[in-house]
Amino acid sequence: MKLFIKNAHLIDPVQKLDNICSILIEDRKIQEIHAQAAKGRGQGAKGSKDHKPGSVDEVIDARGMLVLPGLVDMHVHLREPGFEYKETIRTGTEAAVRGGVTSVCCMPNTNPVNDTPGITEFIIRKAIQEGSCSVFPIGAITKGQKGEELAELGMMFDAGCVAFSDDGRPVVDSMVMRRALEYSRIRNMLIISHAEDLSLAAGGVMNEGLLSVTMGLQGIPAQAEEIMISRDIALAELTGGRLHIAHVSTAGSVELLRAARKRGIAEITSETCPHYFSITEEAVSGYNANAKVNPPLRTKKDVEAIREGLRDGTIDVIATDHAPHHKDEKSGEFDAAPSGISGLETSIGLSMRLVDDGVLTIAGLVDKMTCAPARILGLSDTKGTLKPGADADLVIVDTEKEYTVNAADFRSKGKNTPFDGWRLKARPAVTIARGRIYRWE
Amino acid sequence: MNLRSKDLVSIKDLSAGEIEHIIETAAGFKDVLGRDIKKVPALRGKTTVNLFYEPSTRTRTSFEVAAKRLSTDVINIATSTSSVVKGETLLDTARTVLALGADIVVIRHKCSGTPHFLARNIDASVVNAGDGTNEHPTQALLDLFTMKENKGRIQGLEVAIVGDILHSRVAKSNIYALSKLGAKVRLIGPPTLVPDCMRDLGVGIYADMNAGLEGVDVIMMLRIQLERQGKGFFPSTHEYFRNWGLTAARVARAKDDAIIMHPGPMNRGIEIASEVADSSRSVILDQVTNGIAIRMAVLYLVSGVKE
Repeated sequence: MKLFIKNAHLIDPVQKLDNICSILIEDRKIQEIHAQAAKGRGQGAKGSKDHKPGSVDEVIDARGMLVLPGLVDMHVHLREPGFEYKETIRTGTEAAVRGGVTSVCCMPNTNPVNDTPGITEFIIRKAIQEGSCSVFPIGAITKGQKGEELAELGMMFDAGCVAFSDDGRPVVDSMVMRRALEYSRIRNMLIISHAEDLSLAAGGVMNEGLLSVTMGLQGIPAQAEEIMISRDIALAELTGGRLHIAHVSTAGSVELLRAARKRGIAEITSETCPHYFSITEEAVSGYNANAKVNPPLRTKKDVEAIREGLRDGTIDVIATDHAPHHKDEKSGEFDAAPSGISGLETSIGLSMRLVDDGVLTIAGLVDKMTCAPARILGLSDTKGTLKPGADADLVIVDTEKEYTVNAADFRSKGKNTPFDGWRLKARPAVTIARGRIYRWE
Repeated sequence: MNLRSKDLVSIKDLSAGEIEHIIETAAGFKDVLGRDIKKVPALRGKTTVNLFYEPSTRTRTSFEVAAKRLSTDVINIATSTSSVVKGETLLDTARTVLALGADIVVIRHKCSGTPHFLARNIDASVVNAGDGTNEHPTQALLDLFTMKENKGRIQGLEVAIVGDILHSRVAKSNIYALSKLGAKVRLIGPPTLVPDCMRDLGVGIYADMNAGLEGVDVIMMLRIQLERQGKGFFPSTHEYFRNWGLTAARVARAKDDAIIMHPGPMNRGIEIASEVADSSRSVILDQVTNGIAIRMAVLYLVSGVKE
């Protein structure tokens, strides 16, 4: 099947494109990109080519819209196997494409944990059968995510894992983390750190500060994250392993990562999530469990530092940490509610606010949400770009039209979001995932 | 005058005028408690459910007596005898309680914010009888009532609260209520239990008890939860008493007519010396009696609010 997209304002930092283009898709791949004549400059600009009617199966006119490489979300919980009441590979990937995400990396804290090649293969097979987009499993660093013995990293990598993390838990034992970073070098594998000093964070359910004291909730100090990031930076320097810091939430963490990059000793990358640059701890006021997340929402100062970290390149990636939960779990006692925000369907809208606020250019944003994660995950031949030969993964968005977030309408089973009722822009009108077209509105 | 809300979940939600009104109403009910027939028909036909997810004798009994003095029917539900142990959700329990015909639900829970959740989700009035380490509004109201009885005013009083402020819902409700009515609050205790950030509430913070008690009108001692021992908040009860136990010598730092309060139950010899607890300065038993009057006032006033 041949698909032709015309009048596309294409943003692709990999090809340094920010032009009106036409795109030809065939066999689930990008075949050709042609710059169209700029408006008012007449016919015959270099590379200009109109499609010939009848030569393609379908034409999409993207006039007035932005066309971006499909988003690559390197931090998602699909919950399958084991927690299908929260989310499945089917519903999670439906949510992904609704949010413009065409590549999903799913965390291993399922039941059973993705700590053997068999589970990895199950997820990949299930995603091919039922998934709406590409799914790349992330394997556990340690068996059962217990932090004791290394899982079979090499075999899981060969089975299709693109990175390794004990996400949801840190690797507490420094020697185990050291061994993981050392051993990961056999395939140049990526180790993703959930940075949390568990003893300092013990019992905590929100950011520590006056608000936690006056709400009677146990706080988690910023230092619980920063101590662990410091350790992991030191271990990356010791071992030469590739380290990626997940869900950065504090000003101090940004400072640590900036200093590490300045020293230039190790290859360290990092991500943050839309909630960490969009809202503060105030969102939990009234005991709103939909704003309970780990690491917790922080202060205005932290939000500003995260934005600055994105702006100056200290933070490489925007990922969602999409963590769907059942509504019964998020209802009732705040202390008992599990942490997490259902993020796939609000990711691009919240992130686009960074462009409106002048934090990032549109190309900079596309880099953080597609090119950079694809590069870090070793997927840049096929993902995170629309160069010819890449997978036909793209999203068409109207960056001007506003809509109201309605959690009840989420494709995800998880309706747990603190952004319900927000007015956002850039909701995908069309998502194309490996040539399959999803269209709304 | 009516309260603005059908619920009493937090002192933060009350205006100074509402706090004064509750105290005035309580003063009227206290007269009833002194009569031969200690009962009024004010809430006859109403049903109060005491939903206690945490063991409590004093507060539950106080609410029960208050409700009975107002002629409401009282149902006590404690976790050990309810379906909570079978894993029923909070909302399901609350809905069941409503279906039984409750007009007022008095809730105590170990998790902060639980009364807030309940108040949002059920039509009955919800009264917070202590939620986690958040608030204990009726305790603060009875404490202010007791201060007012003894001192004639709240405005301008210097009140020292001593002990585990961080985990004390009593301290927090008192800080908010006293601040709203113009008293000055000092918090005294080890830095592990008195977070520095609380200065932003406009209170003084003292690790040195002698300095903190200098010239105060009211000394409010808090119960030290013995389970905090061994968690690193302080090395031993012995060392705690040496530093923050209320002795006669320390009482002498306060004003000559300073009163001594304690929400109970006391740990004699850990946070308060027996001789001090039993001295003429102590108003600890007044607090218990006033607790009934305050809870009568609260049950009565929330019942009058129709939403």
